[in-house]
Amino acid sequence: MPFVSSSRIARACRFSFLLVLAALLFPLTSCSRRETRVEIGIREQILHVGNGTDPQDLDPHITTGEPEHKVMMALFEGLVTENPGDLKPNPGVAERWEISSDGTVYTFYLRTNSFWSNGDRVTAHDFVASFERMLTPALGAKYAAMLYPLKNGEAFNTGKITDFSEVGAKALDDFTLQLTLHSPTPYFLSLLMHNSWFPVHLPTIRKHGSVFDRANRWSLPENFVGNGAFRLAEWKINSHVRVVKNSNYWDAANVKLREIYFYPTENQDAEERAFRAGMLHIAKDVPQMKIEVYKKNRPEVFRAEPILSIYFYRINVTKPPLNDKRVRKALALAIDRDLIVRRVTRGGQLPALHFTPPGISGYAPRARISGGPDEARRLLAEAGFPEGKGFPPINILFNTHEGHKAIAEAIQQMWAKELGIPVTLRNEEWKVFLRTTEKLDYQIARAGWGGDYPDPNTFLELAVTDNGNNETGWSNAEYDRLIAEAARTANPEERMELFQRAEAILLDEVPFLPIYFYTRPTLVHTAVRNFLPNVLDLHQWKHVYLEEKK
Amino acid sequence: MFRFIARRILQFIPVLFVIATVTFFMLRLAPGGPFDEDKKIPEEIVRKIEAHYGLDKPLWQQYLIQMKNLLKGDLGPSFKYPKHTVNELIAEAFPVSLQLGGLALLVAMALGITSGLIASLRPNTTSDYVPMAIAMLGICVPTFVTGPLLSNYFGLKLGWFNPGGWFFPEDRVLPALTLGFYYAAYISRLTRGGMLEILNQDYIRTARAKGASTSRVVLRHALKGGLLPVVSFLGPAVAGLLTGSFVVESIFNIPGLGRFFVISAFNRDYTMVLGTVLFYATLILVLNLIVDIVLVWLNPKLKFE
Repeated sequence: MPFVSSSRIARACRFSFLLVLAALLFPLTSCSRRETRVEIGIREQILHVGNGTDPQDLDPHITTGEPEHKVMMALFEGLVTENPGDLKPNPGVAERWEISSDGTVYTFYLRTNSFWSNGDRVTAHDFVASFERMLTPALGAKYAAMLYPLKNGEAFNTGKITDFSEVGAKALDDFTLQLTLHSPTPYFLSLLMHNSWFPVHLPTIRKHGSVFDRANRWSLPENFVGNGAFRLAEWKINSHVRVVKNSNYWDAANVKLREIYFYPTENQDAEERAFRAGMLHIAKDVPQMKIEVYKKNRPEVFRAEPILSIYFYRINVTKPPLNDKRVRKALALAIDRDLIVRRVTRGGQLPALHFTPPGISGYAPRARISGGPDEARRLLAEAGFPEGKGFPPINILFNTHEGHKAIAEAIQQMWAKELGIPVTLRNEEWKVFLRTTEKLDYQIARAGWGGDYPDPNTFLELAVTDNGNNETGWSNAEYDRLIAEAARTANPEERMELFQRAEAILLDEVPFLPIYFYTRPTLVHTAVRNFLPNVLDLHQWKHVYLEEKK
Repeated sequence: MFRFIARRILQFIPVLFVIATVTFFMLRLAPGGPFDEDKKIPEEIVRKIEAHYGLDKPLWQQYLIQMKNLLKGDLGPSFKYPKHTVNELIAEAFPVSLQLGGLALLVAMALGITSGLIASLRPNTTSDYVPMAIAMLGICVPTFVTGPLLSNYFGLKLGWFNPGGWFFPEDRVLPALTLGFYYAAYISRLTRGGMLEILNQDYIRTARAKGASTSRVVLRHALKGGLLPVVSFLGPAVAGLLTGSFVVESIFNIPGLGRFFVISAFNRDYTMVLGTVLFYATLILVLNLIVDIVLVWLNPKLKFE
């Protein structure tokens, strides 16, 4: 006999169950289609942008990341700014500039109508004071090296000199700024677009504590002062940053957007859903699984432009058998890069047969990794391992990530099949991985590098002997000499020629094993205008606006 | 009862002290530091930054300073967000997790207890098998499956809700359901088990023999005892719910506390890890205390000693 037979209770329970469901689904009563955030945005000129990781700070001298840089491009303006599309230097706070014939003295003439968001005028003194703050050792600015082209910039930053007047940054008057470099740096104007060169409003910073305190709270919304086309209105950790048009900006008449929301989008699937639901105008990333779908069904919103970034492997050249360049070359030749980008990464990436990515004006590397598996086998035999016989197992190390694993597995197969080499794989958590590679405690390690400015130097200087990012133990006197000479050379053609020769050495010695050049798969709503693709994926928000296709 | 509570609270101190100490040293043993980055920073600059946060001092000194600050309730500056302190970050994120967790708890209890009750009233019939099968499914299917499913279906296909975000009141629904279903499944099974045991007790038979109606027997006499396992489960479960779920928060882009747990460990954000661990530990201790009090109140066999 069932112990409780009352169906009344069961009914009561079922009723309350339904009640809870009804309460939860209550908001659905208004389930007629609402206007989406994107549609309201188009009407009101409010842009919603997926921006990758959450910004850590909005102090241009403290941050190093790309998401921060993108927000700060709205909040600050440097001496020069990127021309949309080709990134050529455009006038920013500097209306015009002169470069001395030897390429080491830059004189900037600042516009007199550039104002901070609090109404103060932007002067040459603001820039000098900002550069001083950036270079002062006590601040501990991670990207201070971006200012090392300034005469004595490095000496001041490392504490060798303490008098900032010896550094090559002088305000000749309120609106004339003279920057002296220790050697001609042909990409200098491109450097100036980076946030480490942005001016900050020192009186505001002083008001909130020491200028050299990284925790100074001047960059919080209630205190913030900037000189960009937008000002900071809201900054909620892990939620969003909201910037609104700055009416004090000198070119405010030509700024069409009223507001921009930047959202952290660390979860790509969530970002893609948000784009589909009309919550974002721009989604910074597209999940790999969705790339084909977008290419086929919605090509008008899908972009995958090449960016200045390379995916490569570092090879520890200090230990056998990888200290033999023939072995390294054989490994490089036995990789089918086409297959990797077509079958594994599938985001339109370009197979990398050289190290400096394409897209830098005036520089297309002539040297190539050329030859095929036959040549690879010949080299390996020459090194004493015919058909891989006697070759000790080698290990590929990568930071824990499904994508890196898939690539490593593909390469493992290729080396086993073409060369008969046994390969093992090992993954490590990111910070552990960084320490392991730094200590050269690996044989082959996954790596990636994105350029900071469109010039070969930002890639080729990596392999210089004492560069902290070399991390392979590789050292080549001729290579170091070529890169150093390029830094002293003002003539662009001669300089590029030096880089060509350096890159040829790099590809012959293979301390870095290029795999592919990144693209940046992005979703951009059709109403977004003037958001032109470029190799650094940087966009001057002042030019962007929203207009529905007629 | 007050002596009981006071004694338990006094016990918190050594427990939290041990947790803080173990966390502090375990973090320092982990390879890699908070300022290691892909693009190498010059050594001198790293040292300057470390000096700013006092990481240049000997470890025992750092430990003493940290403990002293903890006593004052100061969790220290965040390494990842240089303009914010850990206290501020927790204060900002906790209300979000509290809302999400609270709603999820309501969902979990409402669904779990009702379905568990239904199942226990007629054991081994369809009205038992169906809710229990669903509950088993709920336990087996993780939130990273239900979350995107709900988000895709109700958010994108039907367009009833935003598929993510935390801006409007209705944005709470899908994440609360996702998280709630998972816990509802456990509660449902625990309720059924607890109720079945109680319904076979002599005092229930006595109540029935005295002519009490079934609803009176179940709701008035049996439920109190039948829910005991659920209450014990709720202590740690509520702490888990309230401190946020990394998975649900990242699926729905919610600025809650759960993310800090995971991301700060990856970042080696020492102060943030310690802060969140202590916060979580305190919550568990307090909630377990509440659970013990409730258990005594529910179960006449227990006493506060």
